[in-house]
Amino acid sequence: METLERIIAEHPFFSGLESYYTALLTGCAANARFAGGTYIFKEGEEANEFYLIRSGKVALEIFAPQRKPIVVATLAEGDVLGWSWLFPPYLWKFHAHATVETRAIMLDGKCLRTKCEQNHDLGYEVLKRFSQIVAQRLDATRLQLLDVYAAP
Amino acid sequence: MQAYDFEVIRLVENTPKVIDVGGLGSLVKALILRGYEVIGPTVRDNAIVFDNIESSEELPAGWTDEQAPGHYRLKRREDKAIFGYAVGPQSWKKYLHPADVKLWSAERQGETFRILNNESQPKHPYAFLGVRACDLAAIAVQDRVLIKDKYRDPVYGSRRDSTFIVVVQCTQSAATCFCASMGTGPQAKHGFDLSLTELLDDNRHVFLVHVGSERGAKLLSELEAAPASEEHFRQAETVVETAARQQVRNIDNTGIKELLYQNFEHPRWDNVAARCLTCANCTMVCPTCFCTTVEDVSDVSGVHAERWRRWDSCFTLNFSYIHGGSVRASAKSRYRQWMTHKLASWIDQFGTSGCVGCGRCITWCPVGIDITEEVRAIREGGINGNA
Amino acid sequence: MLETATVPITRDPMLPQPYVVRHVTKETPDTFSLSLEPEDEVNGMAFKPGQFSMLWVFGVGELPISISGDPASPRRLVYTVRSVGNATHAFVSRKVGDTVGVRGPFGTGWPMESARGRDIVVVAGGIGLAPLRPVISEVLNHRQDYGRLVLLYGARSPRDVLYRKELAAWARQAETQVLTTVDYGGLSWHGRVGVVTTLFKFARLQPARSIAMACGPEIMMRFVTRELETQGLKREDIYVSMERNMKCAIGFCGHCQYGPHFICKDGPVFRYDRIQPLLEKYEL
Repeated sequence: METLERIIAEHPFFSGLESYYTALLTGCAANARFAGGTYIFKEGEEANEFYLIRSGKVALEIFAPQRKPIVVATLAEGDVLGWSWLFPPYLWKFHAHATVETRAIMLDGKCLRTKCEQNHDLGYEVLKRFSQIVAQRLDATRLQLLDVYAAP
Repeated sequence: MQAYDFEVIRLVENTPKVIDVGGLGSLVKALILRGYEVIGPTVRDNAIVFDNIESSEELPAGWTDEQAPGHYRLKRREDKAIFGYAVGPQSWKKYLHPADVKLWSAERQGETFRILNNESQPKHPYAFLGVRACDLAAIAVQDRVLIKDKYRDPVYGSRRDSTFIVVVQCTQSAATCFCASMGTGPQAKHGFDLSLTELLDDNRHVFLVHVGSERGAKLLSELEAAPASEEHFRQAETVVETAARQQVRNIDNTGIKELLYQNFEHPRWDNVAARCLTCANCTMVCPTCFCTTVEDVSDVSGVHAERWRRWDSCFTLNFSYIHGGSVRASAKSRYRQWMTHKLASWIDQFGTSGCVGCGRCITWCPVGIDITEEVRAIREGGINGNA
Repeated sequence: MLETATVPITRDPMLPQPYVVRHVTKETPDTFSLSLEPEDEVNGMAFKPGQFSMLWVFGVGELPISISGDPASPRRLVYTVRSVGNATHAFVSRKVGDTVGVRGPFGTGWPMESARGRDIVVVAGGIGLAPLRPVISEVLNHRQDYGRLVLLYGARSPRDVLYRKELAAWARQAETQVLTTVDYGGLSWHGRVGVVTTLFKFARLQPARSIAMACGPEIMMRFVTRELETQGLKREDIYVSMERNMKCAIGFCGHCQYGPHFICKDGPVFRYDRIQPLLEKYEL
């Protein structure tokens, strides 16, 4: 547990968080390891956790009928995977495919939601960080949409 | 004040002289005898245009021009002044920087090709008769762009080097002239071979001739000329001053570069865009506009190919085309580009303004857009743009 | 005041020299690299990384294309061209043995002098990797003269990735990091998916020691230069390669003007601080 707390404290996503909150978070955390080729979660499943990726690679995929899965983004060390646990209906929108062996800290979303409801200061710290991630991903996605390398 | 890059010739014998109308005729003949193709003003198609002249009889004696935004009319004068007008729609770039030039032709030879550098050269060197101060300044501006920059344009260079220039000083200004405010006139001081100032009153009709070069001096020495008197000099000064005083338009060039660079989004651009037809007339009549395009053509057999250079204009939609679209699609962006280039960017590029105040763009704009008014509107609107 | 050469160049730069196509490589479904050699026994065309040529297909037209080969081999000029219209299609359809006219080299090059002793970050988008390839060749040819080399490359999709073999070879070099990403991935692509700016978090950069060179579509260069600044690079240490309509390549036709700059002779490579305000201007 102590090691986990240190890992969380040192993870870039939670940098600057007071140790009191880090301890709270650790209460919802666990180590996770996914073999290469496995799915961490699939579209439509209940979103009850999120992951701080420590090593490996995760491809966010979307499936469409009669088509091979499309990779819309890849995440790696240092990235945060998953924010659907924050908002109802708490369902995953994409597949998360660990393409190589991937280690992560899994944080229990339900557990964390409850703690955030009880302690709004913790809630604010968590949402502050998540909204920044969402903003960065949105900007990057918009640029991806521009298809700047397409033929004129 | 502009500083143009002329060589100022120091001559042993450069005393001004006076010739009469007959002397003017002899001047033309002497130039032709020397092998020059004399280009001078003449009346055609209700305008004063430049063309090859064989004698001084073809000059526009007794004609003047009435100019205003979008307006040009030839009117009969009450006297017989030969050069009693301002400027016509053409400028000397018609000859120095021609509108259509074949740069080279090529021939396919088996797998490969050979370039035949048979760039068209005029048969005779030119002698320009009737160059106004503004147009002389324009030639200097084009010199800087085409033969004094990183590369030298051989088409312009070969024509320019051999051209004999006879300036005719302005004795009156059109309503569209603003050379005085641009520092380019109305008097031409150097950069010519000979300069003529027409002095006409009830008693006489003569030309005060100033020498500007060795070959100008040589030519003058062959003509019947009288010494110039104080009175001639006084009269010459007066007519030139009159021309300057007559000018009703001006551009205030103080800080004009920053003014235009910093007002990229000034609402005035929308105002002028609503009027501008992007017809490109202004660029065609402007004596300093130099933009061209290159056209590669081949014959049906595919054996012969030619590369042609033609005048182009930044007002065309295609001018700024790159894969998929034009960078300057709107009329607003194109007018802004032209004016900013002419008055501001030119300074960064070549050290002087690109405008010589000839007023042609004002006269020949079909909707009468006045560049001096546009500058004023942006300047008075201020940085925040309230014009 | 913009700089110009002190001695006007008098040899006629409007005449193409005949070059023979020696090799054609299909890089992607619409992009080809052609290797040219001069027809007569001349020394070829010595060029600086970042310079371009005007390529003439007999009777069809001319194209401004960056030289993409190794500056150490001036007799082998390589051009990577994407077929998007008549002229580009005519060029990429040339076969081995055909003759093409070449004028040049024109323009300013990448700042290899300023980069000596420093780390170099090369950011390429799409076909923007072609004008940057000579930089990588130059660095690898003179490895001791430069610091670390980091290449961040974004392509549209896996099949649009250029120079795959070279990318792999470069990645194996000492003090060299190559990161590639695509905008649209697929099952067979095991690499990264996302815009090229997402690669920065993986780049081992020392901003204070670094000089950056970026090339790609203009939108891409805008967001890449912003990201480079966020990463800690100074504007004077960032260089971009700009593009506009070109007809003569020698500063006479006026087409390539970008603000007060002629892209053919003041560029195409520009120091970012000098043109940053222009990049923000719509329809400049």
